[in-house]
Amino acid sequence: MSTSIDFLLWVRGPGFDIALFIFVVGVLIRLLEVLILGRKPDYSEPRGAELGAGLLTLVTRTAPEGGSFKRSPFTVVGGYIWHIGFLVSLFLFVPHIELIDSVLGIRWPGIASNLVDAISAVTIVTLVAMLFSRLSHPVKRFLSGPEDYLTWLVTFLPMLTGYLAYHRMIDPYPLVLGLHILSVELLMVLFPFTKLMHAFTFIIARWYNGAMAGRRGVQS
Amino acid sequence: MQRLQDIAIKVESPEGIQASHGNALPILHEILHALQRFSTEGEQSCIDLRSLPFGPGDEEELLRLLGRGEINMTMDALGESTIWETAFSGVWIVDHRNAEGERVALQIEIGSVPQIVFSQQEDIVDAIDRLAAQLEEH
Amino acid sequence: MADDRKKLSMTLGESLRQQGVSRRGFLKYCAATASMMALPPNMVPAVAQALEKARRPSVIWLSFQECTGCTESLTRSHSPSVENLIFDHISLDYHHTLQVASGDAAEAAREAAMHENEGKYIVVVDGSIPLANPGYSAIAGISNLQMLEETVAGAAAVVAVGSCAAFGGLPHANPNPTGAVSVGEIIKDKPVVNVSGCPPIPTVITGVLAHFLTFGSLPELDALGRPMVFFGQSIHDRCYRRPFYDKGLFAETFDDEGARKGWCLFRLGCKGPMTYNACATAKWNQGTSWPVESGHGCLGCSEPDFWDAGGFYNALSIPDSDLTRKTGYVVGAGVALGAAAGALNRSTRAKAAAKHETVTIDDLDKKS
Repeated sequence: MSTSIDFLLWVRGPGFDIALFIFVVGVLIRLLEVLILGRKPDYSEPRGAELGAGLLTLVTRTAPEGGSFKRSPFTVVGGYIWHIGFLVSLFLFVPHIELIDSVLGIRWPGIASNLVDAISAVTIVTLVAMLFSRLSHPVKRFLSGPEDYLTWLVTFLPMLTGYLAYHRMIDPYPLVLGLHILSVELLMVLFPFTKLMHAFTFIIARWYNGAMAGRRGVQS
Repeated sequence: MQRLQDIAIKVESPEGIQASHGNALPILHEILHALQRFSTEGEQSCIDLRSLPFGPGDEEELLRLLGRGEINMTMDALGESTIWETAFSGVWIVDHRNAEGERVALQIEIGSVPQIVFSQQEDIVDAIDRLAAQLEEH
Repeated sequence: MADDRKKLSMTLGESLRQQGVSRRGFLKYCAATASMMALPPNMVPAVAQALEKARRPSVIWLSFQECTGCTESLTRSHSPSVENLIFDHISLDYHHTLQVASGDAAEAAREAAMHENEGKYIVVVDGSIPLANPGYSAIAGISNLQMLEETVAGAAAVVAVGSCAAFGGLPHANPNPTGAVSVGEIIKDKPVVNVSGCPPIPTVITGVLAHFLTFGSLPELDALGRPMVFFGQSIHDRCYRRPFYDKGLFAETFDDEGARKGWCLFRLGCKGPMTYNACATAKWNQGTSWPVESGHGCLGCSEPDFWDAGGFYNALSIPDSDLTRKTGYVVGAGVALGAAAGALNRSTRAKAAAKHETVTIDDLDKKS
């Protein structure tokens, strides 16, 4: 018998196992192959500390930069909105916290489900607007390749299916919940092998930039 | 091992008043609209309380808010039913019980009199026969 | 026996009048029946009109791989009571547990009912059917499969009562040693109504039978063959604790502050969001309460494969994964492969560095 429950059980069981395996192994490979490569030892006399400057740059590069805000305010604001919305939906929705607790054994308090709902709606609208802007803006369009559209899609689908599942807009519920989990599994599988890796590598890149500048005693 | 009397009991709500889950008020709104329709258009209506997902205390709260009016009736047919007008004229409660005293239906009826109170044509025909038969015997 | 035959040929209205039930009593009965079928009260006159002319259908109840919990549930039905049900609503002609006759006499009753009501009787089934070996479950020397096929051949409709009959239930749970299947997987040429639940709500069982008695037809069904009136909405949607879910207020243990205040039981494993049933309105034990009201999450017992759908006390969003218990190995594998990739990169870099040739101004001059 092939029912929506069978589907849900598969995505929650073997499907999740496959996705988690590829995600964890993939991310570790991608990070370690960079980190193990290392840098050539720098024999020059350091003119400042690496640690403080590195951490500071992690923060400063996260804040919007004036120039690019003036040039393309929509891209900057939209980018912030959906990144924050995505992270809030991912990490502060109570059912997600239960999932993280069951895998990693760590938990934190969530926020009201209907607040997450409102934030998700804003995020989904913003993501659609961002895609529209990417397609209609000649420069952005020129700069976009298939991978950009693919990563947009696998980011968008979990938000969309999550919203549909929360509002039970597809019947029966196990089907829509299964689709939501499957879409996240797709994201997990593609994550290590696409530019989605930036969610991890941005830390290394920003810290390294700051640390290099710090060592040379210049502002980064 | 903890003994029963060692387990502290915490009273969540004062005696006699059960906590409810706020489902009584929407029903009161529905009753208000039904009563307005009955007053202006003469449309009778009925709400089946069993079809509502009440939480503990909701039904008690609703019946408490509706209160008791001037008329109380009991009907003895397939078990005892209790029918009363609430403190709001035109709003009636019909509480049907079976022969074992278990509730089989709980309805709020909006009208002059609950439909089931009226004498039924079939029973009247039957009554005529029985009465006539009784007179013949004398 | 002759009396019973006569009663069968009478309509329900006639039969009740003969018992001295007044019209008021009949209307009260109709109000209770409509309420049980989850029909709005304005349908009571239509129900009364239909019931007046209704004739009790013959019902054959077959019990296969089951625990008799469904029958236990049925006997706790209070509106109508099981006595009312089998005397007024239906003519229960065969039921192992409830009938007085046994052995050959019982089987003869089943065959007589099939013969006399050819094409009109209802078959109620509780329990799943083993296909791996007919010897796993047999009655009077007849295998479950054979009895089902034989009995259903002349039936008007089949009602699969309980999750075992509807979806395979506990016997069908992994690894399904008896090869248990649901009724719907065997019977394809007759309408099958699934009244799932472990056990199903008593008034839902009687409600479906009352619907057939009243309207002579089967109620509208959902994708899993369950009556929409009872299974149309999820437990979550009808739950009085739903506002707490929306506000993010959850009980975290069965005896914490949240549990005492009646907060949402999602974190304690409530399967309400994926479960479709009428518990929140029909309730259990004569309308006393239902699992969530009693402080325990929904087990999802009216859904297919609920036994295999992860722990009862795991939140619905928790994956039923073997891997999360072996996260250490996965991380180990990642580290090993990452180290290998890193080593490969280093050697590539070293080789590239080794291949470097020093270019002098003279070399550049030559090329240009």
